Amino acid sequence: MKADSQFSKEMFQKATQEDRNAEKIRRPSIKYWPDVWRRLKQNKLAMTGLIIIVLMGIMSVIGIYINGFDYRQQDYSLINIHPNSIHWFGTDDLGRDLFTRTWFGARYSLLIGILAAAIDFLIGVLYGGIAGMATRKVDAIMMRIAEVIYSIPYMLIVILLSVVFSTQGSGTSLFVLILAMSLTGWVPMAILVRGQVLQLKESEYSLASESLGATKGWILLKHIIPNTLGPILVNVTLTIPRAIFAEATLSFLGLGIQPPKASLGSLANEGLAGLPVGNAYQVLIPALFISLIMFAFNVLGDGLRDALDPRLRK
Amino acid sequence: MKKYLLKRLGMSLVTLWAVVTITFILMHSVPGNPFAQEGKMPKAVYDNLQAKYGLDKPYTEQYAIYLKNLLKGDFGDSMKSRVETVNDMIERGFPVSARLGLQALVIALCFGPALGALAALYQNKIPDYISMIIAIIGISVPSFIMGTILIQFLARNVGWLPIAGWGTWQHTLLPSFAMALMPMATMARLMRSSMLEVLGQDYIKTAKSKGITKPAVILKHAVRNAILPVISILGTTISNLIVGSFVIEKIFGIPGLGRFFVQSIYNRDYTLIMGTTIFYAAILIIMLLLVDIAYMLIDPRIKLTKEGR
Amino acid sequence: MEKVLEIKELAVSFKTFFGEVEAVRGISFDVGRKETVAIVGESGCGKSVTANSIMQLLPMPPAFYKGGQILFNGQDIIKKTEKEMQDIRGNKISMVFQDPMTSLNPTMRVGKQIVEGIIKHQHLNREEAEKKAIEMLDLVSVPQPEKRVKQFPHEFSGGMRQRVMIALAMVSNPQLLIADEPTTALDVTVQAQILELMKELQDKMDMSIILITHDLGIVADMSDKVVVMYAGQILEQGLTDEIFANPSHPYTRKLLASVPRLDMDRNESLHSIEGTPPDLYIPPKGCPFYDRCDNAMKICKDHMPDKSHHSNSHYSHCWLHHELAKSDTEGSK
Repeated sequence: MKADSQFSKEMFQKATQEDRNAEKIRRPSIKYWPDVWRRLKQNKLAMTGLIIIVLMGIMSVIGIYINGFDYRQQDYSLINIHPNSIHWFGTDDLGRDLFTRTWFGARYSLLIGILAAAIDFLIGVLYGGIAGMATRKVDAIMMRIAEVIYSIPYMLIVILLSVVFSTQGSGTSLFVLILAMSLTGWVPMAILVRGQVLQLKESEYSLASESLGATKGWILLKHIIPNTLGPILVNVTLTIPRAIFAEATLSFLGLGIQPPKASLGSLANEGLAGLPVGNAYQVLIPALFISLIMFAFNVLGDGLRDALDPRLRK
Repeated sequence: MKKYLLKRLGMSLVTLWAVVTITFILMHSVPGNPFAQEGKMPKAVYDNLQAKYGLDKPYTEQYAIYLKNLLKGDFGDSMKSRVETVNDMIERGFPVSARLGLQALVIALCFGPALGALAALYQNKIPDYISMIIAIIGISVPSFIMGTILIQFLARNVGWLPIAGWGTWQHTLLPSFAMALMPMATMARLMRSSMLEVLGQDYIKTAKSKGITKPAVILKHAVRNAILPVISILGTTISNLIVGSFVIEKIFGIPGLGRFFVQSIYNRDYTLIMGTTIFYAAILIIMLLLVDIAYMLIDPRIKLTKEGR
Repeated sequence: MEKVLEIKELAVSFKTFFGEVEAVRGISFDVGRKETVAIVGESGCGKSVTANSIMQLLPMPPAFYKGGQILFNGQDIIKKTEKEMQDIRGNKISMVFQDPMTSLNPTMRVGKQIVEGIIKHQHLNREEAEKKAIEMLDLVSVPQPEKRVKQFPHEFSGGMRQRVMIALAMVSNPQLLIADEPTTALDVTVQAQILELMKELQDKMDMSIILITHDLGIVADMSDKVVVMYAGQILEQGLTDEIFANPSHPYTRKLLASVPRLDMDRNESLHSIEGTPPDLYIPPKGCPFYDRCDNAMKICKDHMPDKSHHSNSHYSHCWLHHELAKSDTEGSK
C-alpha cells in the first residue's frame, strides 16, 4: 500500500489509554426512576392529568373556604341562582353555594378514591405476595378463593352493604363505602402482585439472596416488592378513578353520600332535578368535575404504564 | 376439555352459592325490622307478616327454606308489592333490561375494537388521535353524565328522540348509546395496545414475508390475535353494563329490572333486593362462563394448558 | 458466477426520539447463485437490519433507506412498490426467522399458514394447496404431515416449528433464502439437523442462502463466503477458507478466538471481547472497533481505514495493513 502524505508515521503508533479515554462518546447511563419520570414528563397528556390532580387536590382542601360560604348554609332567598360573581358556580334549590359544595364534594370523591386504592393496595400486595411466595398448593387455594370473590359482582355487593349499614335517611358513611369497595377491589392487585412475585422469585437476584440464607419475607420485602413497584403504581393510579366512579354512581342513585354532605356524584344527582327547568349548570358542573378527575387519573395511569414499559426504553 | 368445563362449572356454582349466602346474611343483619316503616300496626298484623315471610323462624331454618325455594326457581314474595311476586317483577323487568344491555353490547363490540385497531394501524396519526379522543371521553364521562347530556341536547333541545320512557325503538337509542360508550372506550383502548403489541410480533413479520396482502396480514393475523384480550374482558363489560343499567334506567325512566332493583332499595323491599341481586349474580356468572368457553374456542393454546392443570 | 443479489453501498437509518440511528452504514456484498453467504457479527451490528431491508420488512417509519441499492436479479428492490414486493416475498426471496416459538401465528393451524403462501404465489385452489402443504411438510421431514397440518403451532416442538418455517419459506422454490439466526433459539442437536436440512434443500432447489449468525461454528460448515459486520459496517469480507485461515481484521480474530474448538487445550480459556460496540446515535468518525481493539493506533480514532485487498475475494478495513503501520510493527518487534 502506498503511504499517503496526509498520514504521518506518528499516527501509526499504538494508541495509549489516554487516547482512548479522551473523547469517549457515551450516553450517560440512565437510572430507572429518573428515566421513568423523564419519559412521563414528555407525555403531555399524562402531565395534564397530573396537573389536574394536583390542582384538584389543593382545591379540595382549600376550596371550601375561598368564597366565604358554608357548604350546609341554606338561603331561601337565593335559590337556583345561576353562576355569578358572588356564587361562582351558582346555588342549588335550597340556596346553598355550589362552589363550596362542589369542592366539598371533590374532597369526598378524592378521599374515597385514594383511601379505597390504599386499602386495595395493602390487601392486594399482602395477599398476592403471600400467595406468590407460598407453596403451590396454598397458592392454588388462595387464588381460587380470590377468583370466587372477584366473580361476585362488585357493585351489587357495594349496594347491598350500603343498604345494610346505612340507617334510614342518613345515607351511607364514608367508611362503609370504602369498606364495601375494598371488599372485592383488592383482587386485581393481588393477582398482579402474585404474577410478578412468581416471575421474580425465579430471578437471579432472588435466588442469590436465598442462597445467602435470606428468609422469604425478606426477599419479598427487599427484592420483589421494589421491583414490582411500577405495575403496582399503574394499578393504583387506575384504581382511584374506578373507586371514584363507583362512589359517584352510588351517590347518583341516591345510595351514597346524603345531603347536607356532598360528593360529586350526589351533587350531580341533586342537580338532575334542575335540568328540565333550565338549571342545567347544577348537574353539568359536578359532572364536569367528575369527568375531569376520571380523565386525569386515567391518562396519568396510561402515561405511567407507557413510561414504565421497558420495551419502549431505548 | 370436558374436565376443565366441569371444573369451571363447579366453580361457578360455588360462586353463586357464595353470593346467595352473603346476600342472605347481609339482608338478615340489617338493623331494625323490615316492617318498621309501615307505621304502627296492630300486633296481630305484625305477627301475621312475620309469619308470612318466615321471619319468625330461626335464621338457619329461614336460610334452608330460601335455598330450597331458590332451587325451584322461586324468589319468594315481594315485601312491598302486594300484587306481584319477585319472579313476576323479574319477568317483567328483565326483558327490557336485557334488550337495552344487548344493544349496548353490540354497539360497543362493533365500534370499540374497530376504533382500537384503526388507532394502532395509524399510530400517532390522525385516526389514532380521533379514536383515542373518543376513547378518553368514553372513559372519563360516566354513563349517567353522558345520559343526562344526551337527553338535554339530543332529546330536549333538538327533539330528535324521545326524552324518556319505553315503547318504540327510538326510545332505546339514547340509553343504549349512553350505556355503550364506556365499554366501547375500554375495548378501544385495550384493542389499541394489544394490536400494537401483536403488530410487533414475529409472526406478523412471517406473514408479511409470505407476500400476502396487507389486509390479509391485518385481518387474519393481527386482528385475530389482538382481539383475544378484548374477549377476555367481556365478562367485566357485562358486569359494568348491569350497573350501568341501574343508572340509565333511572335517568331515562325505563321500566327495567335495574329500576326495580334501585326502587327496591329505596323501599327496603328485602326479598326483592335479595332476589334481584341473586338473579343478577346468576346472569353474570353464566356470562363469565360463556365468555370463558368462547375464549377457549378462539384461542387454541388455552385448551392444552388448562387441561394440563 | 451469476449474481442473484448485489448490495451496493446500502445505508439504512432509524429515526428515533433521540435522533437518527445509523444502523447500516454503506455496506456492499453480493450473493451468487447457489452460494451461501454468512453475515457475522454481534447483536446490534446491523446484520438483521440488512436482512430485513432486502425483504423490505423494516417498519417505515422509523426506518428509512438512506442510500445505496439492493439489486435482485439486476433490479433495485428499494424502488419496488409494496405490490411488487408482495410478489417477490415468499416467492423469489423467502425468510426464516430466529425464534420459531414466536414466528408462527399461534391461533392459526399450521397447514393454513403454509397454504396462504401457496395460494398467493402458485395460484392453486384450496384443495391443491392443502395437498401441497402436506408435501412441503414432508419435504422438511415433519413426520405424519397429514395429521400435523391440522395442528396449531403450540403442539410442535421448537425444532419442528423451525422446520415448518422452512417449509413455509420453500413453497415457491425461492431463489434466495434469508435465514436470520435460524438456529440460535434451538438445542444444539436440533441446530445441526436444521442446518443439514437447509443444505439439503439448497442442493435440491438451486437456491442461494444468506445466513445471518453470530456463531462462527455454523459459518465454517455452511457458508462459501463470510461478511463480518460491526457497527453497521463491513470490516472484513472473504471466502470462508480465507477468513478462517487468515483473518486479517483484529475483530475477526477476536471473534474466532471466542469460538470453542474441540482441539483446544483444556486449560486454555475462551476469549470474550470486552466492552460494547459504539453507540450508533453518534457513529464514530474513525474505526468503530477502536475502543475495543488491542492493536488500536492513534490514527484509528479519527480516520476510517480504506479497503486493503488480501486477494481478489478477501479484503478488510484496518490500518494495520497500511504501509506505515507494517513497517512500524515490524520495526518494533
